[in-house]
Amino acid sequence: MSIAKVAGRGVYVPGNDIDTDRIIPARFLKCVTFDELGPSLFFDERFDGDGNSKGHPLDEDKYAGAEILISDDNFGCGSSREHAPQAIQKFGLKAVIAGSFAEIFHGNCTTLGIPCVVMDEQSRSKLAEQVQSNPNEALILDLEGEQIIFANEIYPMSMKASAREAFLAATYDPLDNLLSARDQIQDTAQKLGYA
Amino acid sequence: MGKNLFQKVWDDHVVRQLDSGQYQVFMALHLIHEVTSPQAFGMLKDKGLSVAFPGRTFATVDHIIPTDNQSRPLKDDMAEKMLQVLSDATAEHGIEFFAPESGSQGIVHVVGPEKGLTQPGMTICCGDSHTATHGAFGCIALGIGTSQVRDVLASQTLAMDPLKVRRIRVEGELGMGVTAKDVILHIIRILGVNGGVGYAYEYAGSVIDAMSMEERMTVCNMSIEGGARCGYINPDETTFEFLKGRDRVPQGADFDAACEKWRAYASDADAEYDDEVVIDAKDIKPTVTWGVTPAQAISIEEIVPSPEKAEGLDKNLITDALDYMKLQADAPIKGTKIDVAFIGSCTNGRLSDFQAVAKVIAGRTVADNVRAIAVPGSEQVDRDARAEGLDKVFEAAGFEWRKPGCSMCLAMNPDKLVGDEVCASSSNRNFIGRQGSPTGRTILMSPIMVAASAIEGSVADAREVFGLQEDAA
Ligand code: SF4
Repeated sequence: MSIAKVAGRGVYVPGNDIDTDRIIPARFLKCVTFDELGPSLFFDERFDGDGNSKGHPLDEDKYAGAEILISDDNFGCGSSREHAPQAIQKFGLKAVIAGSFAEIFHGNCTTLGIPCVVMDEQSRSKLAEQVQSNPNEALILDLEGEQIIFANEIYPMSMKASAREAFLAATYDPLDNLLSARDQIQDTAQKLGYA
Repeated sequence: MGKNLFQKVWDDHVVRQLDSGQYQVFMALHLIHEVTSPQAFGMLKDKGLSVAFPGRTFATVDHIIPTDNQSRPLKDDMAEKMLQVLSDATAEHGIEFFAPESGSQGIVHVVGPEKGLTQPGMTICCGDSHTATHGAFGCIALGIGTSQVRDVLASQTLAMDPLKVRRIRVEGELGMGVTAKDVILHIIRILGVNGGVGYAYEYAGSVIDAMSMEERMTVCNMSIEGGARCGYINPDETTFEFLKGRDRVPQGADFDAACEKWRAYASDADAEYDDEVVIDAKDIKPTVTWGVTPAQAISIEEIVPSPEKAEGLDKNLITDALDYMKLQADAPIKGTKIDVAFIGSCTNGRLSDFQAVAKVIAGRTVADNVRAIAVPGSEQVDRDARAEGLDKVFEAAGFEWRKPGCSMCLAMNPDKLVGDEVCASSSNRNFIGRQGSPTGRTILMSPIMVAASAIEGSVADAREVFGLQEDAA
């Protein structure tokens, strides 16, 4: 299924360099499937040692049910753990807006069908402010038009071209496409002496 | 115009261009471990697929393995289950598994090179961001996610965008007590944690040329900490010498032929780069981190930065990092009390790391208030170290000598910080909560700096503690 638009309410989690250890602490990587990861998203940022809420945006009533995460620069840096985007998706978030993304994280999100949208600092802080004061209003990420619509205002955004292309063409999960070249893969392997 | 190594390896391994504009790239070597890969076998099963090239994938267990008692079943039920799932899946699909106590187990990025699986000119991937380590041999070595592990298992290929290449030349000569770890911490400090986004880093220059393979691995290992997708060093005689005679490397006349082929992958003298940075070795001092990203680093001679003197967004980052680390702005980092000393990990858990430390700690003892552990990166490293009696030197100095694994590099096995303990660590990440306690604090540094700090009980300058003097030439 192609992903041309994502609509949903936003939640702003501020901070630069939010690494995947923060998105999903390592102890939650002890699992053999990704199914149960949703509740562990940002766990140590959300709860203290006794499990009491620290008042993280994800736990604020006004953002309950938000589907689009907004953050700042270099989001998702650190480890390659797909547990991070998996936890984001299982938590119920459908897209991430940030100033920039770490590459492996970006790639993992794309394969899972989570658009990573880049927004410059000025529009991002304006959008974050608007979302904070109108948490019930839905954002619309228009991947085709490369714009974000919120409360009748249009915000500029950008996406990595190949990712945008893949969302629109429904090829963001590349596996079937990769497998369609079995003969060519075999040829390459032979040429290189790997088969 | 010549080509750089990245372009040569890329061109050789591209299968075709995809409609999205990405390329389908063949992976010469695929390494897997228990944390990020077992789920991929489940994904294959759901799609009714099998493993395309089982002989090009190798498995090990490292993250969850305890470093005290590795006998089965592991005490932690979930760890045992992860190990079992990996063991079953590799058996089912005909993938070689370096199981615990097989003599070949270890951290995935230590095992690949030491077995000679990692060879120049390869594309290598693993569901682990420190796969960049293998770039030390002149490879494109990429960390990937689990869905991509699935892609590689099913097709031995990845969908990828090409990267730009930045050459980082480190020229001159390193001072006494300045190590490969200091070189890479210095580079990340200068270029920032996301300075490398979109790039492969080619490390070059006289300092890199003079490094051993193990030192080169330390440098390449942390490429990801600078945001680069991968990092590499051109293969040369040092590379070939290291590989010669190893398990999975061609032998005899075949080895000579392989060297010819490998040599040809090195960047041409007239190769073009998208960017170049030159670093003077004189500027590199023993370097330690003070904050919660590897770029938040200063030399041991400097004071901790102050938010007041920083501009813009930096200010908040510094304030937050100092709050978390409970450090004072404008105070020297030297003398910061530590509770734990950790020598190990895929950055600095190789034989030469333990040799370098053993040479300076013999006859000294770890401070009373410090818990110090030394964790070899693989069973092979453990064997070699024991054969030289290094374990005894560490133990005599008050270190615990453990069994191989990732140990205290991250919090997936029993080795963890407690509360807000401060750890002088030879690993690669000082992220919030990285070492197992949500309030634990990590200070990254080289192995000999960890040893010096362990002895002093506080962050110390190895050059002073061990009397490492420049030759008065
Ligand atoms: S030693 Fe640390 S960085 Fe290296 S593979 Fe293990 S957990 Fe990852």
